[in-house]
Amino acid sequence: MAITVEEVFETVKMTLDHHFDIRTVTLGINLKDCMDRNLTNFCNRVHKRIVENGKKLNKFADEIEQKYAIPITNRRISITPASLLLEPLPHTKATVVKLAKTLDSAAKKANIDFIGGFGALVQKGMTSSDKNFINAIPQALGKTQRVCGFLNLGTTTTGMNMDAIEMFGHILKQLAEKTENGIGCAKIAVFCNVPEDNPFMAGANHGVGEPDFSLNIGISGPGVVRDVVLQNPDCDLTQLSEVIKRTVFKITRAGELIGREMAQLMKVDFGIVDISLASTTAAGDSVAEIIEAMGVSQIGLPGSTAALAMLMDAVKKGGAMASGNIGGLSGTFIPVSEDSGMIRAVISGALNLEKLEALTAVCSVGLDMFAVPGDTPAEVLSAIIADELAIGMINNKTTSVRVIPVPGKKHGDIVHFGGLLGSAPIMKIAQKAAPDFIARKGRIPSPVTSMRN
Amino acid sequence: MAKKKKSQICILTVTGIDTVGIIAKLAAVMAKHSINIVDVNQKIMEDYFVMTMAADIVNADISMEKIRAKLDRIAKDMSLNITFQNENIFKAMHRI
Repeated sequence: MAITVEEVFETVKMTLDHHFDIRTVTLGINLKDCMDRNLTNFCNRVHKRIVENGKKLNKFADEIEQKYAIPITNRRISITPASLLLEPLPHTKATVVKLAKTLDSAAKKANIDFIGGFGALVQKGMTSSDKNFINAIPQALGKTQRVCGFLNLGTTTTGMNMDAIEMFGHILKQLAEKTENGIGCAKIAVFCNVPEDNPFMAGANHGVGEPDFSLNIGISGPGVVRDVVLQNPDCDLTQLSEVIKRTVFKITRAGELIGREMAQLMKVDFGIVDISLASTTAAGDSVAEIIEAMGVSQIGLPGSTAALAMLMDAVKKGGAMASGNIGGLSGTFIPVSEDSGMIRAVISGALNLEKLEALTAVCSVGLDMFAVPGDTPAEVLSAIIADELAIGMINNKTTSVRVIPVPGKKHGDIVHFGGLLGSAPIMKIAQKAAPDFIARKGRIPSPVTSMRN
Repeated sequence: MAKKKKSQICILTVTGIDTVGIIAKLAAVMAKHSINIVDVNQKIMEDYFVMTMAADIVNADISMEKIRAKLDRIAKDMSLNITFQNENIFKAMHRI
């Protein structure tokens, strides 16, 4: 059956008017075979592989963009978790920083804006390489622009590594001090149940169970979903869920098509389509505004959690029907600084940190891109992280935290990060939280997975 | 006998204020570069011109990028919105 004029214009309108884009194509690259006892040899191999493949990624993404006239906004690379690669090398900060600089320069040469996977899987315990790696994060991320880090600090099957969570509170403070407005902290996310195939930064990594290469796609389209919600002001929630589902089906199919073709052109395995709704600072491209279009006065007010839960479920249903390769995070991002509706809600007082945490219980992907005063104690940061990761651990889902303690700023100030990272109002936060709890360290044991109430 | 090449259909859309010669200009570009027009749907809604055109670019003598550049020029000259996309995207999105 031929495509009708209406169908053609529905697609055209999505890109022209509602910011529909392929948010990212992320090439996962295995670097395990680059490992060496000699740092220079290791870095040379890593550099070469990233530059070659990064250039290829850009070239083919441009080609596909031309063919379908759908923007592929970001082209990114994720690598095998870096602390693993550093195991055979001397456990010094200089080694870690050298790898970070190598990744940074390779990404620059290949014109890749962010490279992820600079991280460690320490959900249960830390090797001495892991410890060294985490200690070197402030220098490594402070001295590079394009490198993104992650740490997996807990899983449902292992529990939560409170040694590492305690340590990371201090690391965040140091990293914030080393970069303007603490922006370095925007380049690292900590997780519970980190996915191995997530294409979105900062948490992208090419997991140890992945093949040599894997091409993962992050679609987007909060603007498209918002538009369809606005067009249906009178239908009940059951119908609204159907409408959202159908729209997400369409945009996921576009992502699937583009992902498969990209993978074919690059002669690599097609990995996954991540169906997360990801907002940008562009007007109308906001998840908060979808919730508001659904009828909640402002995100953060009562009703938000139920609306978000329904939105998320409809997105998953539509996406799962459209592609057999759904993966990554596939949630809804509600980053404070990157979503104009979220920013407004924090400024007006409708949204606070406590409600934000509640929202993340139904939508993934965690407390993302929110700023707190620079003098927030490390134990408070660790306690926020522990709370958020516990939600993921108990509920068998991914949660993450990306918090920016902005040096010199107080509650009520607004800090401008610029570009994709947007602006963040400094949120109100306790100056003392759980110092004795965090100082106990150890491991929160894995939870029982029966008796699920 | 040479094997017949598979077709490669692209969908062109035009929206804008109706003026004389829109289709003529587009068709001239297509013909000049060996692009076969396989279908045209066109409507005038009030004074608004809305059109979709399916064109087979398999024998085209220039790349999609260059075709688009030429269409962009027509769009600019005649104050129209023109898009040009491979048809697979529409099939993927609107057909199961």
